[in-house]
Amino acid sequence: MDLFDILLSASFWAAAIRIASPLIFATLGELICERAGVLNLGIEGIMVAGAFAGWMAVYSGAGLWPGVAVAMVVGMLFGLLHSVLTVPFGLSQHVVGLGITLLATSSTYYAYRLALPEVTSPPKIAAFKPWEIPLLSDMPMIGPALFAQTPLTYLAFVVVGLVSIVLYRTPLGLALRAAGENPAAVAAQGLSVTGLRMGAVIVGSGLMAVGGAFLTMSAFDSFFFEMVNGRGWICIALVVFGAWKPGKALLGAVLFAAFDALQIRVQQTPLGADIPYQIFLMTPYVLSILALIVMSRRAEVPAALMVPFNKGER
Amino acid sequence: MRLEPIANPGFARSTLPPVLAIAATVLVASLLAMLAGANPFAVLGLILKGAAGSKFALLETLNRATPLIFTGLAVAVAFRARFWNIGAEAQLYAGALMTIVLGTGALPWGAATLLPVLALAAMLAGALVLLVPAILKVRFGVDEVVTTLLFNFIFLLFISLLLEGPLKDPMGMGWPKSERIVAEARLPRIVEGLRLHWGFALALIAAGVVWVIERRTTLGYEMRAVGLNREAARFAGIPVNAVLIKTALLSGGLAALAGFSEVAGLKGSLTLDLSPGFGYTGIIVAMLALLNPLAVVAAALFVAGIFVGADSMSRAVGVPTYLANIMLATALLLMVLAILLTRFRVVRE
Repeated sequence: MDLFDILLSASFWAAAIRIASPLIFATLGELICERAGVLNLGIEGIMVAGAFAGWMAVYSGAGLWPGVAVAMVVGMLFGLLHSVLTVPFGLSQHVVGLGITLLATSSTYYAYRLALPEVTSPPKIAAFKPWEIPLLSDMPMIGPALFAQTPLTYLAFVVVGLVSIVLYRTPLGLALRAAGENPAAVAAQGLSVTGLRMGAVIVGSGLMAVGGAFLTMSAFDSFFFEMVNGRGWICIALVVFGAWKPGKALLGAVLFAAFDALQIRVQQTPLGADIPYQIFLMTPYVLSILALIVMSRRAEVPAALMVPFNKGER
Repeated sequence: MRLEPIANPGFARSTLPPVLAIAATVLVASLLAMLAGANPFAVLGLILKGAAGSKFALLETLNRATPLIFTGLAVAVAFRARFWNIGAEAQLYAGALMTIVLGTGALPWGAATLLPVLALAAMLAGALVLLVPAILKVRFGVDEVVTTLLFNFIFLLFISLLLEGPLKDPMGMGWPKSERIVAEARLPRIVEGLRLHWGFALALIAAGVVWVIERRTTLGYEMRAVGLNREAARFAGIPVNAVLIKTALLSGGLAALAGFSEVAGLKGSLTLDLSPGFGYTGIIVAMLALLNPLAVVAAALFVAGIFVGADSMSRAVGVPTYLANIMLATALLLMVLAILLTRFRVVRE
């Protein structure tokens, strides 16, 4: 099978959309935070916590959708902690974010060890099954890719639309974007910069956790250590790549996932067998850096990103 | 609420918040220990005993602190100039790699020549690894947080590739492991019979040197100025980009010494588990030390003690060893908040 066959196969595009789904959730979450002016480096740990919380809830008897809700709430709690420290107290967003990642990751692992002390291989749950949408899923190529996915993937696309509408078509979105561009102007309007930013970080963190939960509840059916494996950091790169716009971020996530799906398939070709597998595993990270180099020149960074706002300070 | 600077913080104001932060960390650890069904006093006691309760425990803590002093210094130097090097892990492995490449028989020299050469070569390797993100930052404006983070993943895969390819030990029974370094490339023990190598002394010296650079040289002054206010520094005629590059070289070199010292002083060969995240833990060490190079030594000993103590506690009572990581994350978050509260008062509106 050569490159052309891979690119024209329906299973390849279905895989690309599947791989993109957790990235879409988490990238949107990070995008909301950054649009309001807060860099959230807790993303990697929050994804780990979400992956575990959702899976554990289902394993303990909850339904799949309640499981997603549990993951989201856990993510929002970490977001609350992050936002209290970085917004009203204005502490370093780098330090707090990395601290949250460490806290979320280690408390997840601690909880896992407490909940399942004796297991050698993690137990499985009955994960989300694909919903094949009648007629549409029969279309060649795009049918299996877009219309035979699990419900969480459809939700990811819905969330992209929702976030775009809120950000660009509502007063709330306008205020949120202004909090990340010119917080003093927002305060002058009588709005609370603190409230807007904290809300954005809490909601954004909830989305990151759902991205993590996708891994244990849709892509796989169990939880294991190191399963997030840098996806959070890649989402931060995707936000820059997408120039802080939801639509472009979606495009970036799908493109990235397509490359990832491609490298897995090329590995299995005769050509790929001669190349060390580590080279393939490196490509997503290298691609992210290259994308950053290309996009950083013209990206319009939110002007007040990482700038704490203390009312009364001029 | 609003933050208001305090002009002359009194004794209570400057000591109480950090003390409360430590107390709260201990409280969190106790609650988690109870959650695991253990007696919190026993758990905390076992952590203390495992960290410093015997000569063996103490030496183990000093050994564990050694790489953390190096990575802590690397992060402290970079963060001081507000250059966010989160990639000490990759730089550590670069130093370890160089030590293996040159220390397994390539250089036929005695220890007195070989060891300094290996240390310098390792520093050079680490510096070069961080130079790439530094150049991307000053030349293209690419955020170094993301690039240094992603470099950790790339570099570890690169090491894995080498360990399964050209660097693989033919006698390694199939394990991805490098050959052992020659006897002349081993860092000797400080006192014969005690399991503590010269890497620890080198770490202390490095802390002193970094302190001198920061406080007594032009570069140190420039680094602090760039960290305080980049625009003002540029306006004052400081070559900001050049200072950032120099900072990156120094930081990468320091992190690489951790890899050199682990290979030459402790392990003797390179495997993929050489570092259990020393590069990331260095960030906690540096922050707990408030980026002060001398305080990095104390912070590294504290952090190493928690890890070593938690390992031994976990073996004794079965509370998961991740308790140590939770304690450190809690301490980090509460401490940055506490330090803020020593200088600011919260005003309600």
